[in-house]
Parts: sequence; C-alpha cells; structure tokens
Amino acid sequence: MSGSEGSAIQTVTMPKWGLSMKSGKVVAWLVEEGEEITPGMDLADIETEKIAGTLESAQEGVLRRIIARTGTDVPVSGVIAVVAPAGVPEADIDAVVAKAQQDLAAGLVEEQAGPTQASVQAGGRTICYATLGEGDQVIVLVHGYGGDKNSWLFLIEPLAAGPGGEGGRRVYALDLPGHGESSKDVGDGSLDVLAGAVLDALDALGIDAAHLVGHSLGGAVVSTIALRAPSRVRSLTLVAPVGFGTDIDADYLRGFADAGSRRELRPLLARLFADEEQVTRQLIDDVLKYKRLDGVDAALHALVATVLIDGWAGSQQAIDIAGRLAGTDLPVAVVWGSADRIVPVPGTTVGRWLVHLVEGSGHMVHMESPHAVRDVIEEVVGPPAGS
Amino acid sequence: MARTITYREAINEALAQEMARDPRVVVMGEDNAGGEGSPGEMDAWGGVLGVTKGLYHQFPGRVLDTPISESAFVGAAVGAATSGLRPVAELMFIDFMGVCFDQIFNQAAKFRYMFGGKAVTPVVVRTMYGAGLRAAAQHSQCLYPIFTHIPGLKVVLPATPYDAKGLLISAIRDDDPVIFCEHKALYDLAGEVPEESYTVPFGEADVVREGGDVTVVAMGRMVHVASEAAQTLASSGIGCEVIDLRTTSPLDEDTVLESVEKTGRLVVVDEATPRCNIATDISALAAQKAFGSLRAPIEMVTAPHTPVPFADALEDLYIPDAQRVVNAVKSVTGWQR
Repeated sequence: MSGSEGSAIQTVTMPKWGLSMKSGKVVAWLVEEGEEITPGMDLADIETEKIAGTLESAQEGVLRRIIARTGTDVPVSGVIAVVAPAGVPEADIDAVVAKAQQDLAAGLVEEQAGPTQASVQAGGRTICYATLGEGDQVIVLVHGYGGDKNSWLFLIEPLAAGPGGEGGRRVYALDLPGHGESSKDVGDGSLDVLAGAVLDALDALGIDAAHLVGHSLGGAVVSTIALRAPSRVRSLTLVAPVGFGTDIDADYLRGFADAGSRRELRPLLARLFADEEQVTRQLIDDVLKYKRLDGVDAALHALVATVLIDGWAGSQQAIDIAGRLAGTDLPVAVVWGSADRIVPVPGTTVGRWLVHLVEGSGHMVHMESPHAVRDVIEEVVGPPAGS
Repeated sequence: MARTITYREAINEALAQEMARDPRVVVMGEDNAGGEGSPGEMDAWGGVLGVTKGLYHQFPGRVLDTPISESAFVGAAVGAATSGLRPVAELMFIDFMGVCFDQIFNQAAKFRYMFGGKAVTPVVVRTMYGAGLRAAAQHSQCLYPIFTHIPGLKVVLPATPYDAKGLLISAIRDDDPVIFCEHKALYDLAGEVPEESYTVPFGEADVVREGGDVTVVAMGRMVHVASEAAQTLASSGIGCEVIDLRTTSPLDEDTVLESVEKTGRLVVVDEATPRCNIATDISALAAQKAFGSLRAPIEMVTAPHTPVPFADALEDLYIPDAQRVVNAVKSVTGWQR
C-alpha cells in the first residue's frame, strides 16, 4: 500500500480489522509468488482473535515475494508480501524484504492509521463511533440488534479507501443506543427513538447528509431516517434488513436477550453465520461482556418487543418498512445472504428493489462476504467527488 | 470504553460506582478512610493495602473508620443491612474472621431462613486472603472453604480485574450476605475493565481456556497458576480445559461436570490447606456425578496441611505452583490401570 516516491515496489501489510486487533495470522495464501495481481483480488486468508477473513489486494503488479509464511503471526501493519512490476530487479526486492524482516524482528512496526474510536454527546446520550478517512462523501454504517460498530470491521477500511484506493471519504460506524459503548437507554425501544438518536449524532458530528448503510434492525433504522429526514440521506444500502418481510427467528431474538452464559450464547450466535466456525470464543466473550453492562438487558428486551408483532411473545415481524419506503426518490440497494437464518431472504425482489443475493452467507453477510457487500455499497454510493 | 486498570482499582471503581448509584451503600472497616479528614490527608491510606483510597472525599459520611473490633463493626454492618442499608465491611485479613464468626455464620447467614424469607441481609464482607506476601501464619490463610461450608452465605473469589469489578457489583446488589475474597497477591494485576458498570453473575464459572485432555479447576490466584501450567502443557501436546469457579457458593456444577464428561480427567488446584477444602469438594462432585466419565484418578494440588511458613523459602514451597500442576496433569494423563 505504500512505497517510496518513484519506486514501483509496494508492500502488502497486515490489515487492522477492528479496534482491538493487534496481530493476525496468515492461514493461507490464495496467490503464488510470480502471479499477476489486480486490485480487489483475494490475496490471503487471515485469522484474528475474533474472526477469519480474506485480505483483498489494493495493489497492482506481480506478487514478487511472500514474507509472512502460512501460520505466522504478524502485527498489524507488518509487511506480509511485496508487489512490484516484473521489471524491478531482484536485488531491489531483496532489499525491501530484508528491511521488512529486520523491522519485524526488531518490533519496529508502525501502526497504520486504522479507524479511531470516539464519542459525541447527542440528544442527551453518548453515542460512540469508529471513523476513518477524510472527505466530503460520508458513509454511516448502522449495526443491528445486539451488534455494534465492530461488526463492520472488514468494511470500514475498504470503504474509506474508496473504489480506486484514493480515499476522499469519511466512514463512520456508530453504536446505536443500547449497544456497544453508547448510552444504554433506548426509551420505548421504537424505531423513532433509534432513528432520532442517529440523526442527533449526525447533527453533533456536523454531517448534513450521508450515505446510510444499515444491517438487520439497523436497516429499519436507516429506512426510518430516510422517511423522516430524506434531505439528510444520499442513499440507502440495506443489508439483510428488518421490515421487508414477515419471517424472523423470534427465538433467536428472545434467546439473545435472555442468554447469560457462554453455553447459552454459542448456539445462538452460530445461527448468525452460514459458517458456524466464525463464532470464536473471543466473539462470544465480547458479546457476554456487552450483555452484562447495566441497562443492556432492558434495552434488548424493549427492542425485541419493537421488532415482533405481538411484542415479546410474537413470532413474526411487526415492522413494515417496505411499503412505507415504496415512494422514495433515494437510491436504494438491498443485499442479503442466501443462507440467512435470522431474517430469511423474502424473495428475489423487495418492493421495487432487486435483492443482491450473496450465495453461501448467513445473516452476518457483511462479515462473511465483505467484498460482495462492499460492491453493492460502492455501486449505490458512487465514487467520491473529485476522484 | 475498556481500559487497563489493576485488580485494586477495579474494586475501588466498583465501590465508587455503586455508592454513586445507590445512597444506601456504605463502606466501613479498619482504616477504610485511612486518616482522610485529619491533618495530613495526603497520606490517607484507604485500607491496609489502599483499596478504598479516595472514597472518603467522594462520599462524605459514607466511608466509616471503625475501631479494631471485628465483632463490633461486622455486627454493625449486619445490623445495618437488616434495617435498610447495603454495607460493605472490610474484614482486613480473612484470618481474623474467628473474632466475628458469630455475626457472620450464626446471624447474617440465618436471617432469611429463620424469618421465613421476610428478612434480607444485603451485606458484603470484603476480605483479603492468601500467601505470598511474607505476612506469616496469621495473615496468609485461605479460609474461604469455611465460609463455603455455611448455608446462607455466598462466597466469591475473583481472579481478574474484570471479574473483581463485576462480581463486587453483583455482591453489593445481592440481597444475601456475600463474603468477597480478594487475593492480596493479585492487587497489582492489570487487565481490561469497562468503565461502565456491569455485573458478573454468581454461580457461572468461566472456562478460561478450552482443551480436550484434562479439566483443571481453580479459583482466585490459582487460576493464573493453572493457566501457566496449561500453557506449558500445550507445548507438549496436552490440552487443558481451565475452569475458574469464580464463586464457590453458589457453585457452577454444570460447567465442571460437562468438562469432566468431555475430558475424563480432573485436576483441582486450591491454595487452601487440603482437608475439607474446595479441591475435595470438587473432587467429590466429579466422583459422584461424573464417575462413569473418569478415565484416571482425580488429582488435587493444594497447600500442605500446615500453617503458612514465615521463612521465605518455605513460603515459596508452600504455595502451589505451575510445576506442581504440570506434574499432576501428567500423572492423570499417564495413568494406567
């Protein structure tokens, strides 16, 4: 991603997926030395404490050298491979590799500018967020029920980098009230309260209008914002949204609200993913720690009653956004995992919008297939002005 | 947001947050204010190892220095709990419980039962236990098994800063008497702790590490000893499942039994002396309820049946260490009928 001015040698570094990630392990290289690579190509499978993911190329050229062999742990920003055009002499590559290995051995790895975490006071609440990038084009990511800003860990950096890697964007991932590190008071738990809190946060952050991306309940939240304050919204990307069908795994919602132990949580969290291996101990521990915070229990119980048609005991969705959103002039994109067990895919279209189906992904499609979700977001958002 | 603080600071923060949340919470004990309010307040100590430092100024009138009479102030705390306050009394060293045992086991522990559920006694007795500080035989014991023995008491042994804060908040909000045991060698242990208030439930053991070969049950400081041993054993291909009981009363039997059913082998690590301690209790549980799963005799790693020695070299030998746990694990994995 960087190289000295004028040099055509680029380095591939260990990405920072999430605020707490300190190192990652290369589980498998998906390209070989000598292979031609292009931006967006899958380079390597990388495993962190929390989750496994695929690193995509931001580089163009020949993969000249792999530094981090399969199975090695590398700190965030450590050089894992070197890319350069075929014409660059071997000796030049050797020099870059030698320096990278020395730096790694000496622990001289400079933390790259990953997302920063901050909070604002908005509408009487503290709203926490992660942010990355500079520019006039703003993308705001809103998680679902029981989630938090970290669920966007694979998307914050690629979105901030923009379609061609030239930046020009500000990306925010918020913690909704009742979630993450934001205030836990959700009032009556209605969509209006959640949407109002996001609007308050946009005010406090000085954001006039943004491209909104919402997952699950967050999809209903950003849709509510589009209905209430369309001038604040440039586009909507709805990722497995609530409010566009009737089916929902109500037992999951109730079970998640009630679960108090690792034993109870593990099988529930497994339902979120097509590949249940994604549910690591660390993920379960993080969820448990969140659930123990004061006020979370009441917030989750209030939200379940909002989502289900007969409140806590219900079995179907109470929220119908699809109908209300039908007349909007805003660009809308919808993306869903084909194996979603929480909010099943309602059909090939919802309202007048085509569903972009991601084969083999579950409800957490933005964690399981981040590149597919990114493509959908990029298409509806468009490149940043001036790029 | 989570930041790194010590076990001592985590306990202090739990007290401060609960005192801020609930005006009924008061703190009392020997030197808890520690000279605050008197000339020279900069020297204020906040309990013998500084856990309550700073609370006196934050909560005027609610941090009480008491005479050196455990029977008097623990009795006062129990009485205050029955009449509307939620006191947190500091019984400096667990070794001193002998002088206030009537107040704890014959009064506080019995009220709910003897008044037919109409009385509650929301008192917390914070107390230090454990060897390792060269404090000799009268200030180094692990007497939590004695409290665990008594119906009506809840007994808590946090191993980490995160658990210390969450379990203490649970203890303060609990309507029953809770004996909260802090290992004095853990006070400077640092770990990630959320700034917000949170509760860690009682009776929910923590599986600190998953493994398929041997279940290693520990509590308090011994969790770290067991984890160190598990780390060593992992490099020789032996997978230990390390369980931190967190509370010995109530006891999370299910987590222990499920693990023993999976591994078929059990080692219990307990810093208390070996007769009628937590190690014997957990061993009996497994022998009784998971007998069919056991593939080797149960091993117990404990202190010897002696007072804690004052001589440095002897005290170091007295405390169970990782090597002894490694040996015990190897003996159960290598056992042949």
